[in-house]
Amino acid sequence: MSNTKSLIGVLILSLAVAACGGRKKTDDLDVGSVNGVGGVAGDSGVATGVIGADGVYGTDINGNRITDGFNGKNAALLSKRKVYFEYDSSALTAEGQAIVQAHAEFLIGSPGVNVVLEGHTDERGTREYNLALGEERAKSVASVLQAYGVGSNRIQEVSYGEERPDAAGTDNAAYSLNRRVEILYQ
Amino acid sequence: MNMLKNFVSILSNSKLPVVLLALYSLCASMIATANSNIVIEVTEGVDSGIPIAIVPFAFKGLGVNVDQPAEVVSSNLNLSGRFDVIAQNTYLNQPSDLESVSFKDWRLIKAEYMVIGQIIDRGNNQFEVQYRLLDVFKEQQLLGRKYIVPANLVRKVAHQISDQVYEELIGKPGAFDTKLAYVVVQGQPPNRKYLLQVSDSDGYNPQTALTSVEPILSPTWSPDGAKLAYVSFEARRSMVIVQDITNGSRQRIAEFKGINSAPAWSPDGNRLALTLSKDGNTEIYVYNMASKQLQRITNHSAVDTEPAWTPDGRSLVFSSGRSGNPQIYTVSANGGTPQRLTFNGRYNAGAEVSPDGNYIVLITDQGNGYQVGLYSMQDRTVRVITDSRADESPSFSPNGDMIIYSTKRGGRNVMAAVSVDGQVQQTIETRGGSVREPAWSPYSRKLL
Repeated sequence: MSNTKSLIGVLILSLAVAACGGRKKTDDLDVGSVNGVGGVAGDSGVATGVIGADGVYGTDINGNRITDGFNGKNAALLSKRKVYFEYDSSALTAEGQAIVQAHAEFLIGSPGVNVVLEGHTDERGTREYNLALGEERAKSVASVLQAYGVGSNRIQEVSYGEERPDAAGTDNAAYSLNRRVEILYQ
Repeated sequence: MNMLKNFVSILSNSKLPVVLLALYSLCASMIATANSNIVIEVTEGVDSGIPIAIVPFAFKGLGVNVDQPAEVVSSNLNLSGRFDVIAQNTYLNQPSDLESVSFKDWRLIKAEYMVIGQIIDRGNNQFEVQYRLLDVFKEQQLLGRKYIVPANLVRKVAHQISDQVYEELIGKPGAFDTKLAYVVVQGQPPNRKYLLQVSDSDGYNPQTALTSVEPILSPTWSPDGAKLAYVSFEARRSMVIVQDITNGSRQRIAEFKGINSAPAWSPDGNRLALTLSKDGNTEIYVYNMASKQLQRITNHSAVDTEPAWTPDGRSLVFSSGRSGNPQIYTVSANGGTPQRLTFNGRYNAGAEVSPDGNYIVLITDQGNGYQVGLYSMQDRTVRVITDSRADESPSFSPNGDMIIYSTKRGGRNVMAAVSVDGQVQQTIETRGGSVREPAWSPYSRKLL
């Protein structure tokens, strides 16, 4: 039923927008309020989405509709808040590119929303070099967002280097979970 | 002397400056902790240490408890790995003045040298500490000195005695009358705490200079030993702070957009080299403490970080990723074209220059993980000097003899030390947390 589809679309959108209220460290789907930060109905003047007959879609600053904005594949990518990296590298993988692209499209359609990119590394090597490497990773993600048209004034990069690992181990599995950029909405 | 007086008054003063920052509990202070929480163990010493007897000092007229200097001197000399301190329970007697020494008794237990001394209570918290270093074979005095100090400085005097004995017999200055700064990490997120602590070189008297719920990195000593520069994440991003450890006052040196990190004091104490990424990506800058002017030193799109000064204050060494992987470069402290120094090993970073300028200690990956390496300015190669695989933050003792660093053991960071010639290895156990980022102080000002 189109009403159910619309409602699901709204909930997914609210999740993305409600995350602006704080750091979300998990990928669990919360049921956010229908009027999350920014307001679905655009009451703050920020058009974050429009409920149409064929589902939810985003609009850019001129009100033009972004196709494939928020349904199906992009919703799945948008729910991913962590982008991972190879050892000693700040280059985005293909999967990383896809995730960042989904977030770029969301941001384009949500002009009042800002994003913080938090760069991290695994623990190998020196702490100071890792601080710099974490920032390189955050900047990689930032430059892809900017390439899609997100203004640099909406993007903030922070590096924590190796200081905030996601996984506590000392094996390659833990290391690969720590080499990441976290996408945090404000 | 003033610095010591201030230091002493901080120990007894419980009212301490508290630093702002709405959301985070930070305490800039010097809180004395009763016991040592660090235990140093020699895991490897030289093949034949110098056999020496350290006779317990006689206490004369003492109504108060003071440290027994012989215990401190014995511990220090043993830990250096270059002495064999003969066990006290084999001493036939315990003389405290030259006239009472029967040298054949000491030759009998194979001592080549011996230290005797006494502490006399002069009243009003004034203690006269005297010692003599004697050559057992030649039957003569090599050194003798007298100090008058309050009770709480007797331990410091014992460290100075250790330095003098070390220098007399080894031929190089000791580094016992020095301090260590390091970061202790306690607990797990979300209850993790970071403490910046300062202790004596043997781990005694740990004092907490800063407590934070956010990371503290890269503590480094000013050349006068009165200040620490470090990186704090108290504002949820990196910031360079200089803290006067004699009075707890803090100064924010760099809080620009992006990274503010890797502080390094120039040898004259007037400048701080820094890593800042405010102009687009990490670069090396030199900050003038008096004029507050910043001078940009590097200009390259790759990572440039971890500046360290050469002892003449004219050049910096630093890590750069410009060749594809991290390597060590050198550049004039006024800016110029960097020259690459390291060519062996796929990772070279975290460089510090030795006090004589002849060596750089660093972290290197030569295929066996991240290890402490020594780069000789003469033969221009990196030689690995540890066999652990997760080493970080090496720095020199002020006499250039020992390298202290952090490594992983049982899932925690611990400190360890190795001598530059590789003959002596120490492990430094810490109770109560994971310990990292050790920095060895410069020599403190001598007592008269």
